[in-house]
Amino acid sequence: MVDIEKANAYAVERFMEARPVVTTMAKALDVIPGMHENMFLHAGPPVTWERMSGPIKGAMIGACLFEGKAKTAEEAEKLLKSGKIEFSPCHDHMATGPMAGVIAPSQLVYVVENQTHNIKCFGNLNEGRGKVLRMGAYSDDVLAKLRWMESVLGPTVKAAIEAAGGIDLRAILSKALHMGDDGHNRLDAASILWTTQLAPFIAKTAKDTATAFDVIKFLGDNALSILNPVMAGCKTMTYAGHNVEGSTIVTTMARNGTDWGIRVSGLGDQWFTAPSPMVKSLYFPGFTEKDACPDIGDSVITETAGIGGFAMATAPALVTFIGGAPKDAIETTLDMYEITEAEHKQFTIPFLDFRGTPTGVDIRKVVEKQITPRVNTGVAHKDPGVGQVGAGVVSAPMKCFEDALIAFADKYGFN
Amino acid sequence: MATYKTQIRSGVYYDSAKLMMLQRSLAELPGVLDTGVVMGTDSNKELLAHIGLDTPEVKAAKPDELAIVIKAENEKAADDALAQVDSLLAARKSQGGDEYRPRSIESAVEAAPDAGWVIVSVAGRYATAVTRECLRLGKHVHLFSDNVSIENEIELKKEARELGLLVMGPDCGTAIVDGIGMAFANKVRKGPIGIVAAAGTGLQQVSSRIHQLNSGITFGIGTGGRDLKESVGAITFLMGLDVLARDPDTKVIVLTSKPPAAKVAEEVLKKARKAGKPVVVNFIARPITTTRDGNLFFATGLDDAARLAVELANNPPTLTGDEDLPIKKFTKEQKYFRGLFSGGTLAYEAQHILAGYMPKVLANSPINKENQLPDAFVSQENCIVDLGEDEFTQGRLHPMMDNELRIRRLYEEARDPEVAVIMLDVVIGYGSHPNPASEIAPAIAKCIAEAKNAGRHLEVVCVATGTDEDPQNLNDQIAQLKAAGAIVDTSNEVVCRYVGRIMRALAERDVVEEKAVGKPVDLENLKKPLSCINVGLESFYTNIKDQGAPCIQVEWKPPAGGNEKLMNILQKMKAPVKK
Repeated sequence: MVDIEKANAYAVERFMEARPVVTTMAKALDVIPGMHENMFLHAGPPVTWERMSGPIKGAMIGACLFEGKAKTAEEAEKLLKSGKIEFSPCHDHMATGPMAGVIAPSQLVYVVENQTHNIKCFGNLNEGRGKVLRMGAYSDDVLAKLRWMESVLGPTVKAAIEAAGGIDLRAILSKALHMGDDGHNRLDAASILWTTQLAPFIAKTAKDTATAFDVIKFLGDNALSILNPVMAGCKTMTYAGHNVEGSTIVTTMARNGTDWGIRVSGLGDQWFTAPSPMVKSLYFPGFTEKDACPDIGDSVITETAGIGGFAMATAPALVTFIGGAPKDAIETTLDMYEITEAEHKQFTIPFLDFRGTPTGVDIRKVVEKQITPRVNTGVAHKDPGVGQVGAGVVSAPMKCFEDALIAFADKYGFN
Repeated sequence: MATYKTQIRSGVYYDSAKLMMLQRSLAELPGVLDTGVVMGTDSNKELLAHIGLDTPEVKAAKPDELAIVIKAENEKAADDALAQVDSLLAARKSQGGDEYRPRSIESAVEAAPDAGWVIVSVAGRYATAVTRECLRLGKHVHLFSDNVSIENEIELKKEARELGLLVMGPDCGTAIVDGIGMAFANKVRKGPIGIVAAAGTGLQQVSSRIHQLNSGITFGIGTGGRDLKESVGAITFLMGLDVLARDPDTKVIVLTSKPPAAKVAEEVLKKARKAGKPVVVNFIARPITTTRDGNLFFATGLDDAARLAVELANNPPTLTGDEDLPIKKFTKEQKYFRGLFSGGTLAYEAQHILAGYMPKVLANSPINKENQLPDAFVSQENCIVDLGEDEFTQGRLHPMMDNELRIRRLYEEARDPEVAVIMLDVVIGYGSHPNPASEIAPAIAKCIAEAKNAGRHLEVVCVATGTDEDPQNLNDQIAQLKAAGAIVDTSNEVVCRYVGRIMRALAERDVVEEKAVGKPVDLENLKKPLSCINVGLESFYTNIKDQGAPCIQVEWKPPAGGNEKLMNILQKMKAPVKK
């Protein structure tokens, strides 16, 4: 009989030992395993065009325009419907993307290396808040910004990263959690740390001061500039604990605006999905829940790795999303201890006496206690082309975990 | 000479306050002379240089690297200290146990690892699984829930016994540990009396009366009302008795139970006799034939049990064992008792008393038909023959007048190599033989001598009934019997109990002490100040807190939302019990 406890301890130990470092940037086509000219990656579990949520459809259209595969949205939609473009989950290619999570073959991606276990994962560039491709927007200004990012921001940041000898994400995150970040929805501190680490090298390597100014300003203004590398970094952590025989630890959680999906360490690459729930959200002016797309994005990889909603107790500034009192933030984290294997060795919470964040969701605990992971997240408009409408919290659907538990029992003979 | 050890950790970040705490904790370790725990910035390295801790590794450390330097008396102390860095970094005070309500027993145990008990009062259909989870986590259980099947009760108790844990219940109303009452219990002061009770209100009545009589208790261990049923076999009761017997603070033990199964009651008493301290017994509806048997004191009721216990605690009795019995003199084969009576009532009383000492006593004139000796002329096993019965007196005088038949039978019994003890009554007075001892005593002497020649010890005991004013003179009769080597007393009961004790000791003589089943309850652990976890009725939680003991309330819900299939899978996937 398989020793689940041992397997879980091993898997989560690997989560915690992983040390992700951003080492460079490269064209998706060149580095992402399995990527090809006619493949677009997207967030969450696999999904067909017919079932695809608005934001992903919008981002796919934007990607067609960006790649020059179509001249108009109509043309793009026709192409996408034709079956000539292959859609594939980022997670099937060692990548992650926030919200729609669309990664096109010619886009630049961060290369994040887990130097402990020699695992590489990839994440695209963050466009900032508001009307952006990842929320399904594809208007001219969105595309213009993307082009600037590809031609100016990307190469400049890449040079700076390389000149700095890589940027250690784990160290930044440990520190940021002590500065009010949860590591998912609030990355203000981490993004500043990221910017301050890069800025001197940008100043040194940028082709001119005007470029340096634009790039540093863009990174510094964007409170989410580090989100995408952080997600890829979290993926390198959880992947280190994936495929451990007999482990009930969740190594992937992801949503595509239609389905919520998880993968379990001891169950290989099988997805367990359920309809994606609506986010309990605060909305930007002019929007309501009617405008919102169901929960979407790969960013829940942060919770999978033990931060984000799980580290809520260390990010009191976020409590407005969950009822307003710091006590609620603390209870969220305490609840997550109920369903996790370990307390993180690197990520700690000063308010809880430097207790480690709850790390490694155990499907057994989730099902037994009927508590699912809590996620801090942004909310996209349900229609393509509009963008972000709010932010809030959401709980994963129980069905994924129950189905996974039954599959685990089948595979390992616990019936 | 001092040893220096350095460890550099890169890619880690700790708050400086945390690092200072680590530095202090490391410095307190044995053999450690000085420590430095800093990030490798230039100013920090300078600091370490000032106190001579600037090892080559420190000098090479980068600003984003954590440097830990240990200066210790020897290499081992330095290595030991470094080995503790991770656990010291992870150390923290227990986190707000009061406010937060864990969602499972497992999380409660993580929050309060020292809690020794779990009070379980969830609905009966979940109680078995919850109790099993508590056992898995190494906790004693006060199982208040009812509607637990007896099969489940037996399984749980057996599992608990293997782990040295108590399952008090199901349907256990009361328990008192460390002066704290769990579930339904009274505020009883601490004192020298320990109680094991298969009777909730029985425990309340006895413990309250003890308190009223100005004494107090060490433990009140409840077992649930079914514990002394034959199928359960007093598992918890015996574990409780055993731990109280080992507890030096418990001077007197009280055992009380709702009407027990006869066989189980005997088993309990057998163990109680070995407690090495006074044990007051009150098994409701179990008839008592004596008020005292060695260290056992039989009470007539709950109140009497309390009174007796307090009296025994205040005036400890002298306890003697079986030192006065000639057990070692017998051969291995000698195991039976034979009673050869001339008096019918004396024979009846002997049957009645001896029934308390041995499983079965046959008789030609039995109190109970199932103990009928098939042939009055042929003794077998343990038996009592009344030679005044009709089958013996046809055509001859009553044995009180004519000793001949009884003497012949005495020789027969004495020559039986399996016989250890022979009991005779010698009844004198008007109408009886003018000098029975003059015939019986020489026969006794001869029997003893013959047995001795055959390598056996024969114990002959006599009850002599009469007075010194009788024509035969009681004292003269006794003197003759004693001179022949018999043990003589004028009380039938005294003689019978003497016989009974010999027979009991003989029965236990050859029994190889059966290998103890399971693991004994850890006394040290049980005596720690009470700290517990409550699952179910919130008032129990409040009660414990009100008594000043730490308690955690579990925000319990049926696992997997009550889905049987998932519950079943989860149960199978649980880690094996920690032994």
